[in-house]
Amino acid sequence: MSHSKASTDFLRNTEHAKWHDETLWMIREKRDLASQKVPEWENLRTLASSIKEHVLSNLDQLLLEFEANATKNGIQVHWAKDAQEHNQIVLDILKKQSCAQVVKSKSILTEECHLNPFLEKNGIEVIDTDLGERIVQFLHQPPSHIVLPAIHLKKRDISELFHQKLQTEKGNEDPYYLTQAARTHLREKFLKAKVAITGVNFGIAETGEFVVCTNEGNADMGVHLADVHIACMGIEKLIPRRNDLGVFLRLLARSATGQAITNYTSHFRGPEKGKQIHLILVDNGRTEQLGREKFRNSLKCIRCGACMNTCPIYRRSGGFSYQSTVPGPIGSILSPGLDLKKYSSLPFASTLCGSCTDVCPVKINIHEQLYEWRQEITKANPNHAEILSMKLASGIFKSPLAYRISGILMRKLIKNLPDSLIYNPWNVWGKGRKLPETPQESFRNWYLNHRNNEQ
Amino acid sequence: MSSRQEILEKIQQLRLDQTELPTIPEFKNPINTEEEFKASIEANKGEVISQEKLMSWISESGFQKILNFSQLINLNTTYARIDDAHELDQLQVAIIDGQFGVGENGAIWITNEQVPFRAIPFITEHLVIVLPKNEIVPTMHQAYIKTSSQSYSFGLFIAGPSKTADIEQSLVIGAHGAKSLRVVLV
Repeated sequence: MSHSKASTDFLRNTEHAKWHDETLWMIREKRDLASQKVPEWENLRTLASSIKEHVLSNLDQLLLEFEANATKNGIQVHWAKDAQEHNQIVLDILKKQSCAQVVKSKSILTEECHLNPFLEKNGIEVIDTDLGERIVQFLHQPPSHIVLPAIHLKKRDISELFHQKLQTEKGNEDPYYLTQAARTHLREKFLKAKVAITGVNFGIAETGEFVVCTNEGNADMGVHLADVHIACMGIEKLIPRRNDLGVFLRLLARSATGQAITNYTSHFRGPEKGKQIHLILVDNGRTEQLGREKFRNSLKCIRCGACMNTCPIYRRSGGFSYQSTVPGPIGSILSPGLDLKKYSSLPFASTLCGSCTDVCPVKINIHEQLYEWRQEITKANPNHAEILSMKLASGIFKSPLAYRISGILMRKLIKNLPDSLIYNPWNVWGKGRKLPETPQESFRNWYLNHRNNEQ
Repeated sequence: MSSRQEILEKIQQLRLDQTELPTIPEFKNPINTEEEFKASIEANKGEVISQEKLMSWISESGFQKILNFSQLINLNTTYARIDDAHELDQLQVAIIDGQFGVGENGAIWITNEQVPFRAIPFITEHLVIVLPKNEIVPTMHQAYIKTSSQSYSFGLFIAGPSKTADIEQSLVIGAHGAKSLRVVLV
């Protein structure tokens, strides 16, 4: 389904769509305030962008350095070329631990790999422990935003859901009350879990450690109580030096939610005594994207979600309308690389206003890449109706006589023909657009008349 | 061919020109770090309190289960011995020392040196961090320089209590981890 079709569903509830739009804009404004408090903000963005540039240009060496140092620290490193292999590695570790129930904190990579359905098919229960993720998991939905997974829901919906799933009082919509119910429910799961899965925000080649950021503390609750920690990391999450963390951590939370830092920033260098850490390095299309010169730097993304919060289309169409793991502007330049056909409408879900590029903490030229993808997609799937109409228009514009005649014709036709005929399927530009009211006469006529009057 | 080799070869075959890794400047900010630190902790929904206030809070609240790992504050610990972090599910207060704080965001650095179990700062209902006043750096850059030669197995910046806004963007303190953070500057 195309993005515009899918967003029609979201827009049906106008009141909710308005709330979604305004709430995300409020987060964008918080980001502005937070970034303005840092005098060297622009300098940090440039630094972060060039550090990631270096990472992408030297990825093989840095991966080897990271692997060697992590292994030295006692972390078991695995490599997965695609989603399937990643999922199998996770399953094998779980089987070895005879683990039937696993707790998982937020990881966009495991969403991308569809790990949950895979594990469930193999008889393992996955419990998402981030509150927003647990909510959407109860609803059998994917997250609709990478930082705010349940931003498409209202507290009324969550209250009803928790009443069914967690036996909370019917009609109690108090966010504190609902959060405490989830706390009690998940505390029990944390205490029982033998294995915990997390994502990775940054992997540091120099020291072989990796960093996980949360506000809820759910990643830490999971891994510190479990015997085995499985960390899933895309190969582009590397940074060369530990000092680089200073740059990225100053940018990440401020860009994401306007906080100066997440309340927990955990650095895992080795397992706790008697425990294990497994780290899976995942490619799954990243090396292909690395080979696409125009789109390479989309791999700099640190998943802050700022481009979503600022995007006039995302705010007004919701995360689900993108139908890809990473929605919004950044998702629209990452996803076509994974499946050009499936995601062919995403680069068109943009006004190309460039706001995404302006807020991106690693300076990805998102709107330019959206435009580039449009060229690729049009080349791959030409729209014959549009090409024909453009050729026709070009012929008309080239000849003054043809232009004049068509003008007279159109002024009459548009006024008098029924809409069903004007907005026919052949008029590809008529979808979602309305023609302006037609003037009485052409500009040429108007000009000739008025010039005569003045003389 | 192993996936490891396959991934590495795919990257090598692209023969990308290596770009230069930039040097990170010092970013010296002329700020009052202690005042900024306090403001940051409060913005993160933590509290900065005096040692006297800590003691009166503990005695007034009548907590039964307290663990004190601080070298800077004297207070008796309830538990005689812990063998496993799971036993701490009912822990009400944990007091630990912070190594240093960061002015710009209130983050406090601790490592596995400060706690016998990594779960402690998270599983406890209330967390107290004791921090020497003169150990506050302005920004994260200085924080990483300061810890560059440390050899921890687990390092952690804590900047506030556990929190979430996943229900309609309403801020709730006390998601899965500690429901409050009190910082005592000594």
